[in-house]
Amino acid sequence: MVKMHTARDGARHTVPARPRRGLRDLAYDPTTRGIVLQVLLVLALLALGAEIVSNALTNLEKQNIASGFGFLERTAGFDISQTLIDYANTSSYGRAFWVGLLNTLLVAGLGILISTVIGFVIGMARLSSNWLIARLAGVYVEILRNIPPLLMLFAIYFAVLKSLPLPRDSLTLPLSSYLNVRGLTIPKPIWLDGIGIVVAALVASVIAALALKGWAARRRAATGHGFPAVGIGLALVAAAPAIAWVMTGFPVAFDMPQMGRFNVTGGLTLLPEFVALLVGLSLYTAAFIAEIVRAGIAGVAKGQKEAAAALGLSRRQAMRLVVVPQAMRIIIPPLTNQYLNLTKNSSLAVAIGYPDLVHVFAGTVLNQTSQAIEVIAITMAVYLLLSVVTSLLMNWFNARMALVER
Amino acid sequence: MTSARRDEVMGHRATPARRPPPAGAGPLAWVRANLFSSPLNAALTLVGVWITWTAAYAIVDWALVRAVFTGSDGSACAKEGAGACWPFVTAKLDQFIYGRYPAAERWRADLTMALFAAGLAGVMIPGVPRKGWIAAFLLIAFPAIAYVLLTGGHFGLAVVETEMWGGLLVTLVVAVVGIVASFPIALALALGRRSRLPFVRWSSIGFIELVRGVPLITMLFMASVMLPLFLPEGVTFDKLARALIGVALFEGAYLAEVIRGGLQAIPRGQYEAADALGLSYPQKIGLVVMPQALRLVIPGIVNSFIALFKDTSLVLIIGLFDLLGIVQQAVSSDTTWLSPSTPLTGYVFAGFVFWVFCFGMSRYAQRIERRLDEGQHR
Amino acid sequence: MKSILTTGLAAIVLAAVTAGPVLAQGTLQKVKDRGQLVCGVNTGIAGFSAPDDKGNWSGLDVDLCRAVAAAIFKDPAKVKFVPLTAKERFTALQSGEIDVLSRNTTWTMSRDTSAGMNFAGINYYDGQGFMVNKALGVKSAKELSGASICVQTGTTTELNVADYFRQQGMTYKPVVIEKLPETLAAYNAGRCDVFTSDASQLYATRLTLGSPADHIVLPEVISKEPLGPAVRQGDAQWGNIVRWVLFALINAEEFAITQENVDKMKDSTNPEVKRLLGSEGDFGKGVGLDSDWAYQAIKAVGNYGESFERNVGQGSRLKISRGQNALWRDGGLQYAPPIR
Repeated sequence: MVKMHTARDGARHTVPARPRRGLRDLAYDPTTRGIVLQVLLVLALLALGAEIVSNALTNLEKQNIASGFGFLERTAGFDISQTLIDYANTSSYGRAFWVGLLNTLLVAGLGILISTVIGFVIGMARLSSNWLIARLAGVYVEILRNIPPLLMLFAIYFAVLKSLPLPRDSLTLPLSSYLNVRGLTIPKPIWLDGIGIVVAALVASVIAALALKGWAARRRAATGHGFPAVGIGLALVAAAPAIAWVMTGFPVAFDMPQMGRFNVTGGLTLLPEFVALLVGLSLYTAAFIAEIVRAGIAGVAKGQKEAAAALGLSRRQAMRLVVVPQAMRIIIPPLTNQYLNLTKNSSLAVAIGYPDLVHVFAGTVLNQTSQAIEVIAITMAVYLLLSVVTSLLMNWFNARMALVER
Repeated sequence: MTSARRDEVMGHRATPARRPPPAGAGPLAWVRANLFSSPLNAALTLVGVWITWTAAYAIVDWALVRAVFTGSDGSACAKEGAGACWPFVTAKLDQFIYGRYPAAERWRADLTMALFAAGLAGVMIPGVPRKGWIAAFLLIAFPAIAYVLLTGGHFGLAVVETEMWGGLLVTLVVAVVGIVASFPIALALALGRRSRLPFVRWSSIGFIELVRGVPLITMLFMASVMLPLFLPEGVTFDKLARALIGVALFEGAYLAEVIRGGLQAIPRGQYEAADALGLSYPQKIGLVVMPQALRLVIPGIVNSFIALFKDTSLVLIIGLFDLLGIVQQAVSSDTTWLSPSTPLTGYVFAGFVFWVFCFGMSRYAQRIERRLDEGQHR
Repeated sequence: MKSILTTGLAAIVLAAVTAGPVLAQGTLQKVKDRGQLVCGVNTGIAGFSAPDDKGNWSGLDVDLCRAVAAAIFKDPAKVKFVPLTAKERFTALQSGEIDVLSRNTTWTMSRDTSAGMNFAGINYYDGQGFMVNKALGVKSAKELSGASICVQTGTTTELNVADYFRQQGMTYKPVVIEKLPETLAAYNAGRCDVFTSDASQLYATRLTLGSPADHIVLPEVISKEPLGPAVRQGDAQWGNIVRWVLFALINAEEFAITQENVDKMKDSTNPEVKRLLGSEGDFGKGVGLDSDWAYQAIKAVGNYGESFERNVGQGSRLKISRGQNALWRDGGLQYAPPIR
């Protein structure tokens, strides 16, 4: 942004302050030119917009295609394989939209977590002093980021389907879980009365731990004394809900999976499409994150590490207190881009049949209603909104990580 | 500071003799320094050796030892424990490259690809003279020649409908047309985003951010199911052309950001010097700013091309058969080659082809980047 | 630099436009001006529309397009086939990219009234069925409660299966995939127990499975799926052409006119045959065609029965019996109004 101003200022220097002397000068006056140019652009865009709208309206009307958003209320009539909220084929198209959106958020959220972990590990490994480990991490990055993610999804999905047994030969796992080609089925927790108290205890302990951390940081800044805030905070977060859990008398029951005639029935099933999509997206994005992490850490000035060593910090302390906080400033902006890419790439779900937003809404709903314009517009708006929200969150995080100039 | 060390600094004690440096730089010393410098490192090395061994063994075993090399249908590869099914790839290779492009006309596709490769080599290899002319040929003459050659209908060439195109040919067509057509869009958007005219600036920002915020697949859906409704009656594009429009708009927004990076890196003095010389805006941009900015962003453009090249595979979702699309179709619905090992063979082949292209280009981008860096340090 | 680039782009865009703007005029005139019929077909389903390795299309739906082309141009080769996915098919027709949609599409009220198209007839009476692996030992669809079912998205089958299971008070787990090859691959890999689709598709796709004999089609047919060609709404003449070409093929079967004997039949004394083949009256005029329009169509692809047997019947690998698609006098549903 700053540079843009310089360019603008630079342009302004050319405007000589002289009185207008006629039409010819008017034509060469940058301000007038700017206005004319913009008016032309506005007119062109308006004309284009009007052309599109009028064509669309003519086409829709002439061919008697329904329009408007009324279809969201109508009964969907189809089923969806994975639903995080209640949904049946008697639900509305609008409900199907939410099911798809939540499935997208689920896979994107988990994908971001997993790819970040893998990416940081691989990125650190690339900088390892161990030659073999650094090389292996390099091979991982160079292979994974040069292959189309869609191809990876096909291959992983195929491998998942091929390696798992048919339902009647299901692998029986502990806790009466089953693994077969239809997915991994585990006991499904059913929350009973009193779970609210446990959740409340969890929330309260998290807040308390955060407050503790803030206090410890202030104290360290003021007095220089350390305080094991992280350890105590974690203990608090673990202990408080556990106590509430015991005191409310274990407010949970389980829906146990059972072997049915065709399928394992009951329980909670992780679909193979979900697993393939999650693994594929995570591995692919991790390769990019690894590069970002490597560049970020390598980008911290050598003098900083030397200064940390001179202060007597151990390697681990130097990494945690000096290198990583500075590296994060370099890492976060491109990392945000990768998170956005992962979210957008989750739409590849459509190719392997995971019911994400694009598959359910821009696929099935579009087909059943033929209202292409409305459906695609809603889908694009949702992704746009997700991008904006992610960007804002990461900007906020970035602002917090940025070094405060003193 | 430890007390011993303080003593040393204060000169209370004679400096003890230093240990001699580790013996030479022999391989053993290298191994000790790089693989077994600490117990943790040694453990990591062992894990690394195990990973390398397992992976290498699995690959060699699958691709060579247990692989099937001859056969005329899937039954040869259907035997128990068979590895890669290579005859499937050799039998289908023509289809993977050309799709259903008529065999008698394939020389046209070959010629197009050869022309492109030659032009690209001319631009990319340092030291080739008249780069500007070659680039102009690639950007202006080549698209026209390629269009006439591939679709036919002129100069006695038989018409080949785009429905018949497929495989690597479509992948390259989408990628190359995508980047070439997106370039002017990107230039306009990048300049627009830095314009001092608010409306120009905001409409550029709006377009760029809108496109960058949505997945390519929704752009392709838009191009394939919405675009036809936006056109006046009777104006139709074929499916490939619609996909190309979607790809070009999408790539335009990404490329615009790359070029903007280059524009921002041009020092303000350059703009001012151009103004001082009395150059008009088009002259300033065309003669002073862009030539410098574009040189800076060549690696960025190549990287963006790599991303586009990988993304071309998405056109299979709207029913075009690019390399991945045709491989996917062959492994899932060609009954002649049905066998448990066919799909993986197909995916590995397609993955290898994509990888060779992308890896080659990324290496090229890195080299250019280093050259540019050296230039800066001069 | 920029202007050169812009010119280049303009050249590409211009070059990519395959058809220039056309004045508002009838579809027939447009087709004649273009010199070929553009017909939307399935991307590949044996018996209905499938390309061979060289790109030659064949199938029941394809035959209808060739017949229409022959009726207009006296040349069945003047047709371009545009393969369409389920998602694209309606937009392709609405936007004018294709002239006829002949892509095993089910005639439903909503499609006929609010999707911008009209159906011109029924060239295949179908119904939705279920295919399962024999090893499961299932004999009836009523035993399928709890099964995983593979279904292609964007089809009426997806809705029918939901209705059927709800009606029967049974549950199922849907596995919904966008394209047929992937759907079949999933069925093949055991991802689902059942593959559901129109019965004709089940027979056609069974052939593409490793060992077709291991799979059976269950007896239940859970829906009516009248498949037929569709045209854009608002051009009655064009709709009439497609409708009457189909009727001509069915009538030809009734009068035993075949591809082989059609020339001889021109001299028939039967007035109905004479009217059909154009040696009496000028019925082509009513739809803007020459009087030998039906003769050309029959000459090109044979009568309906011939086309059926060649593509999906005993002369094909599918071996589907005529059943509901027999002529009305043989106990089927195919009945064409008379030409007079």
